[in-house]
This record gives sequence, C-alpha cells and structure tokens, in this order.
Amino acid sequence: MKLNKKKKKMSGGFSTSSMSDIVFMLLFFFMVTTTMRDEEIMVQIKLPEASEIAKLERKDLTSYINMGQPLPALQSQFGTDTRLQLNDSYKTINDIRDFVAAKREQLSEADKQKLTIAFKIDEGTKMGVVTDVKQELRRCQALKINYLANKANRN
Amino acid sequence: MAKRSTPEINAGSMADIAFLLLSFFLLTTTMDQNEGMPRRLPPIPDEEQQQDDTEIHRRNILQVHVNGLDRLLVNSRPMEVQLLKDEVKTFILNPNDDPAKPEKAPKEIEGLGTIMVSKAVVSLQTDRATSYKMYMAVQNEIMKAYNEIRDDFAINRFNGKPYGELTEEEQEAVRGVFPLNISEAEPRDAGKGTQVKTTRK
Repeated sequence: MKLNKKKKKMSGGFSTSSMSDIVFMLLFFFMVTTTMRDEEIMVQIKLPEASEIAKLERKDLTSYINMGQPLPALQSQFGTDTRLQLNDSYKTINDIRDFVAAKREQLSEADKQKLTIAFKIDEGTKMGVVTDVKQELRRCQALKINYLANKANRN
Repeated sequence: MAKRSTPEINAGSMADIAFLLLSFFLLTTTMDQNEGMPRRLPPIPDEEQQQDDTEIHRRNILQVHVNGLDRLLVNSRPMEVQLLKDEVKTFILNPNDDPAKPEKAPKEIEGLGTIMVSKAVVSLQTDRATSYKMYMAVQNEIMKAYNEIRDDFAINRFNGKPYGELTEEEQEAVRGVFPLNISEAEPRDAGKGTQVKTTRK
C-alpha cells in the first residue's frame, strides 16, 4: 500500500541540468549579434518608406546624420524647428566639416575614401535643409551617402 | 581512513549568472537593420571643368519637379507619383525611337559586346519646402523604374536570371547598359541654378 502511494506521487520532474547549456547558447547568440547603442537620438525620426532599398554594406564605414524635430521633452528648450544631430548633440551645418574629418580620422588609410554618410531624416523635414547638408558634404568631399528608409512592399 | 573528496565547484549558480548576462544582452541589443538607398554625390566641379561640360540635349532630359506643395510635375505636366515609374521606363527605353525621347548610342560593354545605350538623364528638382517624404517617394519610383528595366534586360540576356541573382561582373555590365543618371538641381529658392549630378555606379 505504502509503496503504491509513493509511486503515484512521483511526478515527471525533468532535469534542469541542461538548462544552463541552453541559456549559455542563447547568451552567446546575443553576445555575437549585439551592437551597442552608440548614440542617443535626440530628434524625432520617422523614416520615410521605400521599396527599392538595400542593406548597408559596411556598418563600420558608416556615420549617421540625424535630422528632425527635437524630442517632445526637449522642445520647450530647443523649439520645434528641424535640428541636425551629430554624435550626441545638436549641431549646425558648419559643424559637418569637423564631423566628417573626425570620422575619417577613425578609419584606416585604405578606408578613408569609403566613408559613407547615412541620412536618418524625418519624413516631415523640408528639402531645403537636406540640400544644405548635401552641399556641405560635397564641399567636404564626402560623396558616398545613403538615404535610410523603412522597408515598404512593392506594389 | 577518510575518503579524499575532490573539491567541486558548485555549478548550481552558473545558470543564474548566465541568466543575468543573458538579460543584460537582451536589453542592450538592437536588432535594427539599417536599410537605405545608396547614392553618390557629384564632386564640386572646378571653374575650368564647368566650361568643358557639354550641354545635354533637350530630348535626353526628363524634367521631374516637385513643388513646395508636394505636387509632381513631369515635363511641366502634373502627374501622380504612382504613374512616374512607367513614365520613366518608357522615357529610358524609348521603344519606338521617338525623336522626342532620348537618343541612343552604341557603347562597348565588357561581357556583352556593343549595345545601344540610352543617353537618358532624369533631372530631379525640388523646392526648399518640398517634404523629404515626397522626395524619397519620387526617388523610389525612379529607382523602381531602373530596377525593372535592369531586371527585364537581365532575364533576356542571362537565361532568365533577374538582376539580383547575377554575379558582380554581370551586374556591373547591366549597370553599364542602364546607368542610373539622376541629375539633381539645387532647390529653386537656393538662388544658383547649377546642375548637381548624382549617379550611382
């Protein structure tokens, strides 16, 4: 009788020893795929949609120029005009030259000419400012650019 | 005689540590894949070079103008964005050799021999008040036209393989036949009306 009872109580407890293996596997996956957020975006950006886009070829050669309205929390201080953000702060068009020079400096000699400037621009931005930025980039000889967009389906 | 026990590390907490690390990476990771349209800006021409530039014949230019109200004008006619792709396609291909559409010239392309290459240039002009969204929509339509033309050409020439499945050299040859010629003028209110040409190889 006693023996019978004991047998019924035994539930199918599964082994947890392989759990750590699974967790480690996941851990390595995330460690490998992770990219640290290197900058805090201070402007509101809703990228435009486009279907004819390709992935960025080399992330290490890419520098980002962010443009859009300041975040709502910052609007009382900075207003609602379109702002240009380079690295971690608002900048003006005149700072682009130094920005490009600094980014070039970080690259090896062979890659200096391959520096790509990716535009992260809010869809509500007016083309006037965008063109000003493009003109400044031409003056800095930073000719490779990329308009970032969200993937849309081909219709 | 006491049994000599080998010292063992308690592995029970290893999973906890791994979980801790795992949650850290889970939180800090960003999986966003940045995608975009690559373009190449034209270098600023020298004073002497500017004079050398040969004038492009009127028939070879498709004028696309987006005004400050995000309305599209193609050769001074209003048009919906969705129709721009077909307009650009017929403009580049010029299937009936219409004298009002771009001329073609024979060109030696590596791997394909001599092929008639269109001299078409799409001129894109915006106002300072044009929205970036509209600009990207127009760029996208033009790109779509080029991609479809390149795809069709590739399917005909390379045993039914679309452009995306070709090797790097074959893609370059196709790009040579249909080079992306988008010329961007500065926005109207910017003063100078100099032509700014951007092409992607």
